[in-house]
Amino acid sequence: MDLHLALFLIFGAICVAGAVNLLVQRHPINSALSLITVMASLAVEYLLLGAEFVAAVQVIIYAGAIMVLFVFVIMLLNAGEEERSGGSRIALLIGVPGMILGSTIVAWVLLEHSATGSVSIGALPGDPKKIGWLLFHDFLLPFEVTSVLILIAIMGAVVLASKPELSSRGEKER
Amino acid sequence: MLSFETFLIASVIKIVIAVFVLLTAVAYTVWLERKVVGHIQNRWGPTRVGPFGLLQPLADGIKFIFKEDLTPPHVYKPLYIAAPIIAVMCALTSISVIPIGNPVRIFGYEIPLQITDINIALLIILGITSVGVYGVALAGWSSNSKYSLLGGLRASAQMVSYEISLGLSLVGVLILSGSFSLQEIVAAQSGSWFHVIPKWNIFQGQIIAFFIYLTAAYAETNRIPFDLPEAETELVAGYHTEYSAMKFAMFFMAEYANMITVACLATLLFLGGWHGPIFGPPVLQAVLPVAWFFLKVVGFLFIYIWVRGTLPRFRYDQLMAFGWKFLLPLAIANLVITALVVALKS
Amino acid sequence: MVPLSYYLVLSGILFACGILGFLIKRNIITIFMSIELMLNGVNLSFVAFAAHWQHLSGQIFVFFVMVVAAAEAAVGLAIIIAVYRTRETLNVDQVNLLKL
Repeated sequence: MDLHLALFLIFGAICVAGAVNLLVQRHPINSALSLITVMASLAVEYLLLGAEFVAAVQVIIYAGAIMVLFVFVIMLLNAGEEERSGGSRIALLIGVPGMILGSTIVAWVLLEHSATGSVSIGALPGDPKKIGWLLFHDFLLPFEVTSVLILIAIMGAVVLASKPELSSRGEKER
Repeated sequence: MLSFETFLIASVIKIVIAVFVLLTAVAYTVWLERKVVGHIQNRWGPTRVGPFGLLQPLADGIKFIFKEDLTPPHVYKPLYIAAPIIAVMCALTSISVIPIGNPVRIFGYEIPLQITDINIALLIILGITSVGVYGVALAGWSSNSKYSLLGGLRASAQMVSYEISLGLSLVGVLILSGSFSLQEIVAAQSGSWFHVIPKWNIFQGQIIAFFIYLTAAYAETNRIPFDLPEAETELVAGYHTEYSAMKFAMFFMAEYANMITVACLATLLFLGGWHGPIFGPPVLQAVLPVAWFFLKVVGFLFIYIWVRGTLPRFRYDQLMAFGWKFLLPLAIANLVITALVVALKS
Repeated sequence: MVPLSYYLVLSGILFACGILGFLIKRNIITIFMSIELMLNGVNLSFVAFAAHWQHLSGQIFVFFVMVVAAAEAAVGLAIIIAVYRTRETLNVDQVNLLKL
């Protein structure tokens, strides 16, 4: 059991524990915090594969900005605990065994037919210089398209979340 | 190169020293602030406990330890206790990648004055700052009271908004230095023009970036003029209203430790780190870089405290408008101009 | 040396947990977070394959996935806020006015 395997198993176990905790918890804030721990341990897994820039970006953007957005909305809307209803019971009874069965089959197939070899620790160093070069030379078009996508998302979010106009209500009162 | 055991022992010693020094620095930054703000407001500040009030932080610490730790019954306990822990952890962890001087030779080993030298050190600090927002947000939410919730929401929205300008202002420095590693960024600022003007980044054209960084740093650490989330006249005490004794002390420590981290980062990135005139016997030559670093950090902290004593605070909508509509376009413009100049030069 | 299939199995487990959360949870926000979990699982397999085939494009694609996740989270949360303003509930089962 070398260091790479030990670290992979420890942080993999934290990932899976966080993912299962997200399913089990009833209050969304607990689910949000478990998702943050999943993302943080995934960042460590990326570091083990040598993707240092991706790991840093995962922490800064995913765990530090997107999840903050989720936590904001939970705080703003004062989300409470989930109640059990008829639909949720059926989904639990069918969904959990079905999903476990499906994923066991997929995992078994993967492990059976895996003659694909191993990766060593820090296998592909994701140097920021090289990533920047690739991003702005080979992947320039997707880069520009995603920037337009974010712009559209910002405009959409601002429009959707803004309060409705008061002018129509004022006219009704007259 | 050091062997693994030597590296381990050296790292443990460095961690212990760094945490001890940081906590003492936090205590004495509080003393410095009370003295400076006192003198700005034409009064003395602490004078009674020890000469010049220098033992005041000790008295404050003793007071915090002995105060009653009251946990209100209506709070959401797990997050209530976890929030100050997250805040303090993030504040203390950033110190691990900050170098304070040239590598020193002790007992024949060449030991860098930095706990770890990561080649994405700057991104690590940005990441830790991003995660530090959770301490504030969760504290505000778990306290289950109006003032705390509003303060927590406002503080985290403010911190997230100004993080962007903070990051963008640093990209100009990155373009000039070509690396994320703090050692290399400082090394790129060595030397001087005409032996008089040092080649610090602030003189290499990043003066606007320095002021953007300064402003964004005030907002990140929730200091005046951006301290509406914890202003007494507005929100009682904002997100730490329901906290008492040691937990409040942890938020307090986290705020000042963040200030010190920001000041250290500013000296490393804009003011040339530990570069300064080196003279004298070899012992002095080994100590002088650390002394210069220390002096620059204290100068930056003094500016922080000076601004706190002088300016009024922004209203919340003014604050957000300033961050998004003024600071962000300015930071982007700075980035574009820096990139253009560097590209045209090479 | 960790076999590549271990990384893929971990990624598969995360993806499966995401799908499970999407199916069994009733709170809109938790459903959204399950979608993010699925995207994270996929990111892991991208980076693992990049390390295996020694091709940096896998790591680049993670950026695009993250950007799309961010955009989708922003718009989705705005929709959730709009739905909450009109329906006053975050339970998916109760947003059923269009049901027959």
